[in-house]
Amino acid sequence: MAAHTTAPGVDLPLPKPRTKGTSRAPGEKSLVASPTTWIVWAGVAAFFIYLLGILISVIVDSLGRPWFDSWLPENATTDWYTGAWERFGMAQVIGVTLTVAISVIVLSVLIGVPAAYLLARRSFPFKRILTLLFLLPVLMPPITYGIPLATVMYNFGLGRSLLAVILVNLVPSVPFVIMTMTPFIEQINPTIENAARMSGANMRMVFQKILLPLLVPGILAAAVLVLVRTVGMFELTYLVSGPGSDTLVVAIYRAMTASGGGEARQLVSSMAVVYTVTMMVILIIALRYVSPTQLVARVKESRED
Amino acid sequence: MSAPAVGRGKRAQTTRSTASLRHRLAERGVDKSLLMLVPAIIFAIALFVYPFSYGVGLTFQPSLATQDQWGAGIWSNYVAFFRDPFVFDSIYLTMRLALPVALFNVLVSIPVAFKLRHRFRGKKALTILLVLPITLGTVLTAQGMLIFAGRQGWLNRFLVSTGLVDEPLTLVNNYWGVLFSLIISGFPFAFLLISSYLSGIDPSIEAAAKTMGADWKQRFRRIILPLLAPGLATTFILTFVLAFSVFPSARLVGDASGETRVMALMAYRSFGELNDYPMASTIAVMMGLVELVVIALVLLWRASMFKGSTGGKG
Repeated sequence: MAAHTTAPGVDLPLPKPRTKGTSRAPGEKSLVASPTTWIVWAGVAAFFIYLLGILISVIVDSLGRPWFDSWLPENATTDWYTGAWERFGMAQVIGVTLTVAISVIVLSVLIGVPAAYLLARRSFPFKRILTLLFLLPVLMPPITYGIPLATVMYNFGLGRSLLAVILVNLVPSVPFVIMTMTPFIEQINPTIENAARMSGANMRMVFQKILLPLLVPGILAAAVLVLVRTVGMFELTYLVSGPGSDTLVVAIYRAMTASGGGEARQLVSSMAVVYTVTMMVILIIALRYVSPTQLVARVKESRED
Repeated sequence: MSAPAVGRGKRAQTTRSTASLRHRLAERGVDKSLLMLVPAIIFAIALFVYPFSYGVGLTFQPSLATQDQWGAGIWSNYVAFFRDPFVFDSIYLTMRLALPVALFNVLVSIPVAFKLRHRFRGKKALTILLVLPITLGTVLTAQGMLIFAGRQGWLNRFLVSTGLVDEPLTLVNNYWGVLFSLIISGFPFAFLLISSYLSGIDPSIEAAAKTMGADWKQRFRRIILPLLAPGLATTFILTFVLAFSVFPSARLVGDASGETRVMALMAYRSFGELNDYPMASTIAVMMGLVELVVIALVLLWRASMFKGSTGGKG
């Protein structure tokens, strides 16, 4: 019935047959990649080849003896590792690195999270100025505030001490915790806290029973990133550390630039491998808990599903 | 507040006024919970504001040696900075490294982030791989480049044995060594930032443009670029800051007394080797100023690019 509403004899225009190849229906993908795709993939591949080359050559270098004008070293050995372990007091260096990293994480979370909470939830006088003050160290080159800070530390007699290394590393870490935790707290629904307050919980109880469990993933993410930054931080640590308070990166750098042409290349390589393996373990564990992109903006991943 | 307080007893008035003061403060957001900010404020003042002001003050107390050489009283450090070509040229040398690196990282990240925007197999693995260089750190990258890209390294060996070049290229201990090492450490960072900004753009806006017949060039020019501009500016600034304070790589894979005598290296030389703290602070402060100029220019570009709300992801 409804199909024959048009008057007989009137020709309906036939739907145009789709031209093949040139135009695609929305959502359909072509099987042949475009030239730009090829260029991008080639670029990414070249980047990785260079990167792997760097990584593998250090590993091979640290495991081989002698390696001069050939594709591969002649013999394999692990002597460089035991050598470096004794020569540079690696046990102590690694101990210092871990002590510094853990102290920095604990302190920066304790200082940063309450501040981030207030910045995320409340408005108060001078908020913008305070925010700027907290974020300034992230925007400045580390040397710019590092040198005056190190000068002050030497004046106070803290130079080359473990405490100085920890304090110096706090300067970029606290702003970093504030920066990552503020958006994280903003996305927690405030009605939960309000409900707790209505039921008579005071600030401490709200923090302990409501906020802390909700904040744990964010704190973990921030802590892991602070860990990576602190272990990798060279510029600031180098300014105030000395024998006995060198972290791993600084120890490697000192070995590379020691007067008289530096230590044997393979010793440095084996230390560098130890460093990289440590960092990779940290980062791989980290990536299980944190998506790297979630830190800048809350990603609308669900839209694409 | 309400008027009935007028004409009451003195005691009643005082209790009332304290209550209302506290109330008024609380209305403006000032109450006891602000104490949670105290540790952060103490931290910022003790470890950042005080040392930095002290350092700025120090720049006006030049050492006797500097005063003897350059004169000019309290301005002696600054005169030395601008007159001494050995120091002053380091601005140009730093810029010659940091600007190309930051530009490259941002411009190359855009197409890569675009191509990796859609879902495909192995996306997470690829992202993890791209993050790995962060773990290498500048020192291992430097060591690796010395071995891999050195005269007898695999790279040159490959290039020579395939006949692509006649003699080994000099890729380390010069400008290019530092440039590559900065790209290696900076690119993954820029890529992560840009891809997260990109995923913050609502895909339905682009879909709408597509529906209305815009081709990819128009969509990029009119929709993605304006929405991405704040993210691009931020990424550029952050990678620039990273590249600007190069220091280990400039020494290890660069030519520390020539082509890659960057500002950070000069500042450290004054600090650690010459023990001239006032001059070191001067160079450090000038580094901050130079960087501020670049950041201001980038923000100006961003302001000229697009005015208005960007949909919240700024």
